[in-house]
Amino acid sequence: MTTTVFTDARIVDPSRDLDEIGTVIVADGKIQAAGASARNQGIPGGAEVINARGKTIMPGLVDARVFVGEPGAEHRETIASAGQAAAAGGVTSLIMMPDTDPVIDDVALVEFVLRAARDHAAVNIYPSAAITRGLKGLEMTEFGLLRQAGAVAFTDGRHTVADSAVLRRAMTYARDFGAVVAHETADPYLSVGVMNEGLFASWLGVSGVPREAEIIPLERDLRLARLTRVNYHAAKISTAVSADVVSRAKQDGASVTAGVAIHSLALNEHDIGEYRTFFRLAPPLRAEDDRLAMIEALKNGTLDIIVSSHDPQDVDTKRLPFADAAVGAVGLETLLAVALRLYHNDQVPLARLVDALSTAPARIFGLPAGTLKPGAPADLILVDLDHPWVVTEADLASRSKNSCFEGARLQGKVLQTLVSGRTVLKV
Amino acid sequence: MTDAPAFPLFPHRHLLGIQNLSPSDIVSLLDRADAAVALSRQPDKKTSALRGRTQINLFYEASTRTQASFELAGKRLGADVMNMSVASSSVKKGETLIDTAMTLNAMRPDILIIRHAMAGAAALLAQKVGCSVVNAGDGAHEHPTQALLDALTIRRAKGDLSCLIVAICGDVLHSRVARSNILLLNALGARVRVIAPSTLLPSGIHQMSVDVFNRMDDGLKDADVVMMLRLQRERMTGAFVPSVREYFHFFGLDAAKLRLAKPDALVMHPGPMNRGVEIASEIADGPQSVIQEQVEMGVAVRMAVMQALLDPRRDEAAA
Repeated sequence: MTTTVFTDARIVDPSRDLDEIGTVIVADGKIQAAGASARNQGIPGGAEVINARGKTIMPGLVDARVFVGEPGAEHRETIASAGQAAAAGGVTSLIMMPDTDPVIDDVALVEFVLRAARDHAAVNIYPSAAITRGLKGLEMTEFGLLRQAGAVAFTDGRHTVADSAVLRRAMTYARDFGAVVAHETADPYLSVGVMNEGLFASWLGVSGVPREAEIIPLERDLRLARLTRVNYHAAKISTAVSADVVSRAKQDGASVTAGVAIHSLALNEHDIGEYRTFFRLAPPLRAEDDRLAMIEALKNGTLDIIVSSHDPQDVDTKRLPFADAAVGAVGLETLLAVALRLYHNDQVPLARLVDALSTAPARIFGLPAGTLKPGAPADLILVDLDHPWVVTEADLASRSKNSCFEGARLQGKVLQTLVSGRTVLKV
Repeated sequence: MTDAPAFPLFPHRHLLGIQNLSPSDIVSLLDRADAAVALSRQPDKKTSALRGRTQINLFYEASTRTQASFELAGKRLGADVMNMSVASSSVKKGETLIDTAMTLNAMRPDILIIRHAMAGAAALLAQKVGCSVVNAGDGAHEHPTQALLDALTIRRAKGDLSCLIVAICGDVLHSRVARSNILLLNALGARVRVIAPSTLLPSGIHQMSVDVFNRMDDGLKDADVVMMLRLQRERMTGAFVPSVREYFHFFGLDAAKLRLAKPDALVMHPGPMNRGVEIASEIADGPQSVIQEQVEMGVAVRMAVMQALLDPRRDEAAA
């Protein structure tokens, strides 16, 4: 296999607290060396040498929350097209949600995803499995067998388990198997609205989702996480109070981590404007105060990771009155550039961003990724942090085009993506 | 059984659980049971130890082996045995447990054997009647004669229980057999382990003088006795464990898992078994299985218990 050497790059590797100019040597699909010290190692004969002066190399992004249409809704996204979109966005590993048809709640489905990913996807795709059969919130799935088959996390995807006894027993059982339970916290009864509850929703004349719809189940979950000692991950939080609640649980020593969707860091309820359905999301876009609180919580580590919550929807389900439109937006391809806004605005340091986008999710879900340590799989990206570009529908590799950032001016572009040393994208 | 007076006077009027028994109480019951085994293996199995006494079996829960075992035990001791069939009794008409007990008490039985789905039912009955009461299983509380017959089976195979490693595997949460066994085995100095997914373990299990394991691989290591528990069908489909397939894969006793225990480890099961759920057929019917011996010991233990409770010396002392 070929050897590739990147010279004079800024290397950002949060797994080693490293941010320095140096050389990255990739051989046989693995990182051989990455850092300032690698400059002295000499360039192996026959190596492809890439001058990366002025560019940045970081571990490939790990997106822990991606909805894919396959199986069941291939017209929205296939495992192959999700892999293309991921490669374009610098995402080298992603965790696929079980909200497919059929639901990933059985060993055979886990095996199907792993097989399809191996044969058709440009990046690493890891299946998660449902907490409850059919995502119905009633009966726990075969955590032990599913984990053995390769499910890296347990989640009911877009759904929240309403029955606390069911969730408690699932958490207890998951703990025995060392599994991570990643849960979206949206009270099904309080979440019947279509956007953040408040003045803006009232003027628009649509029903609102109060912050308590998220906070109440989150507090319940964190109580149960302390009781059962499971590895619990709050999948997508969006309010200032939620961040405080998570922070307190962490201080109590609970094995708790939390994620935030990129949209909750970049947008607020006013972006909905005149009923723009691509901005109908779950959790809904909140107020500006909440967005700023999310950024602060990301910076101080209360929020461990950022996810795209990539959710492809076709025009038929989005070109509808706001309250009838499907929920969700694509995000794989814009994840990094939108996150870099926080870096360019001096709101979050680059190392913390890369940690939240790569190193931390890999650690939480036990994936061989998120690091440029010698010996690790060479999943890395070459990025021009300052490169300006405009998102256009035509350029999106995803099969669905429901992006909140169409027409947005972003700064920072992935120039090259390597997965196990193989270049899967180069611009 | 003419040598009965050789046994010490049993200091309890009822057998409601293992909880209140001393180690010497337990040993004397096992000694009596040994003698009863000998009797039961003779062609003429009948004695007159309890002649003239009346035994009523009051089973509110379906049971084949325990009820048959108590009935046979009473008959071998010469007692008059009556089975109250709850299905066709006034209980069906809404009579409460206490009213039924008072009615039966008025018929002046000497011993009542009760099984009931509610924990504490046997103790409640014992407060209301004038005769001895034996708990044949009350909810998830206790099943003392099962623990005694298990101990007798082990003692006869291994000689002594002290320092033996006994692994109790499966649905400890709902099991009265597990609770009685944990108490009894600890009283006799065995080292007790429980192995189950945490969803099938009761709160506070770590304070029950047992070592707790969530994996068969860890818990079966060097075990002298492997005691499997029954998993009720309604608990197998997602409520407490995900499925039969997963349960058998991780917690069912098969040849590979049994190899982790000592080579001469005993395999036990209180019955009725779910073959292919908690135990593989090849193990249930294999050379290490003592499941049939457990049934035989059951009759002997129940004979011993009834004789001990209805010891004629107690009436003499009272007179």
